[in-house]
Amino acid sequence: MSLDLVDLCVAPRGGAPLFPPLSTGVEPGIVTTVMGPSGIGKSTLLDAIGGHLVHAFECSGRVILDGRDVTGLPAESRQIGVLFQDALLFPHLSVGDNLAFGLSRDIHGRETRRRAVEDALRQAGLEGFHDRDPATLSGGQKARAALFRTLLADPKALLLDEPFSRLDPALRDDMRRFVFERVRERKVPALLVTHDPGDAEAAGGPVLTLTG
Amino acid sequence: MTRDGRLLRGGVLAAVLLGVLAPILLGLWETGRAAFGVVPAIGATEASLEPWRILGDLPGLGTSLRLTLVTGFGATILSLLVAIGAAAAFHARPRRASRVLTPFLAAPHAALAIGLAFLISPSGWIARLVSPWATGWDLPPDIATVHDPWGAALILGLMIKEVPFLLLVILAALGQIPVRRQLAAARALGYGRGLVWIKVILPQVYPLIRLPIFAVLAFSLSVVDMAILLGPSTPPTLAVAITRWTFDPDTRMLMPAAAAAGLLAALTAAGIGLWILSERALSRLGRWWLRRGARGLSAEPGLFIATASLYGLLVLGALSLVALALWSVTWRWSFPHARPESWSLATWSRHGAASAETGWTTLAIAVLATGAALALAIAWLEGEDRARRTRARWAELLVYVPLIVPQIAFLYGLNVAALRVGAPGELLAVAWAHMLFVFPYVMIALSDPWRRLDRRLVSTAAALGAGPTRRLLAVKLPMLLRPLMTAAAIGFAVSVAQYLPTLFIGAGRVATLTTEAVTLSSGADRRIAGLYGLLQALLPYLVYAMALAVPLWLYRDRRDLRGGGPA
Amino acid sequence: MRTPIAALAALCLASPALADWQETLDAARGQTVYWNAWGGDPRTNAFIEWAGDRTEDLHGVAIEHVKLSDTGEAVNRVIAEKAAGRDEGGSVDLIWINGPNFLAMKEQGLLHGPFVEELPNARHVDLQPGSAASVDFTVPVDGYESPWRLAKFIFAYDTARADAPPATMAEFVGWAKANPGRMTHPTPQNFMGATFLKQALVELAPDPSVLQQPATDDTFAETTAPLWDWYDALRPNLWQGGRTFPENESVQQRMLNDGQVDIAMYFDPAAPAAAIAQGLLPDSVRVFVPEAGSIGNISFVAIPYNAANREGAMVVANFLLDPATQAEMQNIEVLGSFSVLDPSTLSPEEAALFDALPSSPALPRLEDLGPTLLEPHPTWMTRLTAEWARRYTE
Repeated sequence: MSLDLVDLCVAPRGGAPLFPPLSTGVEPGIVTTVMGPSGIGKSTLLDAIGGHLVHAFECSGRVILDGRDVTGLPAESRQIGVLFQDALLFPHLSVGDNLAFGLSRDIHGRETRRRAVEDALRQAGLEGFHDRDPATLSGGQKARAALFRTLLADPKALLLDEPFSRLDPALRDDMRRFVFERVRERKVPALLVTHDPGDAEAAGGPVLTLTG
Repeated sequence: MTRDGRLLRGGVLAAVLLGVLAPILLGLWETGRAAFGVVPAIGATEASLEPWRILGDLPGLGTSLRLTLVTGFGATILSLLVAIGAAAAFHARPRRASRVLTPFLAAPHAALAIGLAFLISPSGWIARLVSPWATGWDLPPDIATVHDPWGAALILGLMIKEVPFLLLVILAALGQIPVRRQLAAARALGYGRGLVWIKVILPQVYPLIRLPIFAVLAFSLSVVDMAILLGPSTPPTLAVAITRWTFDPDTRMLMPAAAAAGLLAALTAAGIGLWILSERALSRLGRWWLRRGARGLSAEPGLFIATASLYGLLVLGALSLVALALWSVTWRWSFPHARPESWSLATWSRHGAASAETGWTTLAIAVLATGAALALAIAWLEGEDRARRTRARWAELLVYVPLIVPQIAFLYGLNVAALRVGAPGELLAVAWAHMLFVFPYVMIALSDPWRRLDRRLVSTAAALGAGPTRRLLAVKLPMLLRPLMTAAAIGFAVSVAQYLPTLFIGAGRVATLTTEAVTLSSGADRRIAGLYGLLQALLPYLVYAMALAVPLWLYRDRRDLRGGGPA
Repeated sequence: MRTPIAALAALCLASPALADWQETLDAARGQTVYWNAWGGDPRTNAFIEWAGDRTEDLHGVAIEHVKLSDTGEAVNRVIAEKAAGRDEGGSVDLIWINGPNFLAMKEQGLLHGPFVEELPNARHVDLQPGSAASVDFTVPVDGYESPWRLAKFIFAYDTARADAPPATMAEFVGWAKANPGRMTHPTPQNFMGATFLKQALVELAPDPSVLQQPATDDTFAETTAPLWDWYDALRPNLWQGGRTFPENESVQQRMLNDGQVDIAMYFDPAAPAAAIAQGLLPDSVRVFVPEAGSIGNISFVAIPYNAANREGAMVVANFLLDPATQAEMQNIEVLGSFSVLDPSTLSPEEAALFDALPSSPALPRLEDLGPTLLEPHPTWMTRLTAEWARRYTE
């Protein structure tokens, strides 16, 4: 299960490309870091890969996931998970329902699904939080909940848009280790966008630098 | 890539063009035909300029025109000035302002006008409160405060409705500008608070509030129910004159009436054109003024007057509604008593049942109109999301069309067209006519909160495998519950307040609380007028209360969606 | 061969009225009649509701009162329907109508009829040529509208605030001068305002017989000259200097109640007494009429040509002429509207219904109302209104 980008290029519609065409392959379990000056379009790159690009931008090139060309597919069909700076837990659902949101339909039965969610909560250190209001969680708890929500959807690749920058420095190390361990465990390719060289170091994978 | 987005957007466009734009154009066409002498029902089949000649000969036309322009522009400009000044005071607390101002948005025009007319009339409540001890009057003085020849009472009534609307629109627009930072920066450069508002903030806010201002201008120029209740009668404003001529026993008056309606539409267009031209001139003037860099002038007094005016208007509005309530439980209340002399529930017991029935009709129409408008608005906004675009300018204009074309210019024609088509069931036809005017307000109320929803939440949902429909139903709509209910409440209030559409399209068979209240206000009994006015005002308030209460209860365990939240 | 035919013809002509009316009653059962009538008077509205309950009980016909601010709204509706080609199933079944509106509808063929002769209760009304019910503002009714209530133009004044009211129309000028700003009249665009001008015209015209003929440019100019002189003298002392006027007589009653003016005018001699009973006027209000008498006319109901519930409308028109209904109408606690029936056609029991009605100090007796002056031709009113607007609208 690898993620391959072939001549991927993003430009504002009718304008010049933000960066030269990008070609790279991310192996399963590896975290490739993308760095570059502020405003160059790192988040837009992730949007293009994940299928969230707005009409104002267009992209050329191809995104190949696990041998399948997903470039023309809508975001919901790509099976590419995403983590943002903020946890973005759905405020109208409980923590447990948040986690269950992306749970595959193949897992039948309320009991089975509930067990899967409880299992994930335990791994996240959020045991007993199933019916809690997401607003009552601390920053670190939210980040872990968001991570497991993404993982429960069984993604084939993971996009990380500076997910650690809002956390306390103390938490940051823990979170980094936590996230990267999971990535390695599940053997999914991951692409990390960040400012922080510390993130790149902890990721331990190849580092791409975008220049304009 | 966005194929179902295209289908949805195409569907929405078709619905708006057929359901909203086409009827207005059809109505204008029929009115246009009548304006040039073609009204088959009374045997007039030849086109000619005769109606225009007759119109020119009608007495008082010039005065009606002058009156219309003075009250229309006067109310709009004054309301704008007060709203801009007051926004300076309230910009830091938009939510609190919204809570105070929304009840005034909800109050229907007719109810406010009936109450205000009583409040400020020479034998009215204010006069009664200060007589005879302060003024020495034991008979009401012969001064014109209501129905005065300059239309001051009408301008006042219009301002009570327009200032809260404009203020809320401005506050919403301010949310898109980093006001605090700019204020701090400019004040560091030596500009006083008021000047910063005029020189820095206002030019940025203005483009965002242009269309609502045009809607207010069009409304002020063509309002009928408030002009009947507060404006002069001999001669009245052009819109009222048109209504009178339309219902004149001499049926040939239909043609000059239609011609006058065309004139009013042209006047509105010209008014907006003039406004746009003055924008250009003022902006050039403003830039010259800016470059001079004068900062000694203090605009503080201006801001103070504006805020004081706002409070004055709100107090008048509140007292107007209280007056209605008092009258509905009065037996006798004569001048110069400050309070009713004798109380009674006779009015309620005698008219409770009949008014309840009218209330149900009003409710049904409002529910249908608001439901349809809300569905269309959600479809439109969702279509924009699916195409990942922002709204084109012509689309924004399309939303505002029903608010800018004067109602009276196309409602007569629309009625004829509807009859020709054999519109099924009068209640549905009236509900659909209301929808024409509810839809723009619902769009205005919903667009901003919808757009401010964090896109990344929706992207997250997509990344988790949720398709467009699931994203709409399971993520967007639940998170937008509060704005949805607020938009519904606003739409509801707009429908309840409608007068002309019910009158024309309902063929008199459909009586709403508004039509009853206006008819009864030209009767001898203030008590019944008070009852109907009160009920007319209560209905939107109930819905507003629900709009506040339902999300509070539904999301009682969800802190982020209760008090503040994305709304 | 001829005899059987003659016999058959005789049989057919023997009881046509009864057979036809039974057919109408049967057709009407279950219908809902949309009666378009001015809705500004709550007591009339209540009476119409009561009438609806009665016709429902007696004949299975329901009445839906469509409240108008002006009769023109209903006329307009029928016109719009005719424009759209809707010649059947119209939305207006019955209209409370008079004078210029009636003339307009009759001339343009917008009315159903003649139908009055078919109503059984029409026998109680004096329909002889020349009677009050056979002409509507001098326009022959020809059976196109059915009478239902009597109108007589009267004034009311507040005895507590004003002294002696003017005794004639001409004296209004002097009274207004002594009491500036205390008198007004509804705008002449309104029926009552126009009637005020008409009342003055009838008294001040050099030759009143001219008024029964259609007005021409010459007769109009000559006959109305004294009227405009009188009005020019009156106007400066009217409320608001005669620059603005109340919308209709109900608003003027409200002004009388508030003490803003001292005089109000009505078409209904019992209206002031009824208003006092309802708390809408102080007890001290009394009725007065000019010495020479005042204009009187009859209010009618008419049926549009395309009415959806024609039979039901006729049943309602007939019900309104029933002696029991007319007595109920004349009761000041209900409506206080004088009956249109010819007393000589009433049976002793029916007459007793009228004798038993309650009375009040503000309620004038029939003798107090003075002579009834005839209404001028409708063209006079139309021209009066237009000329007034031309002269006095700035």
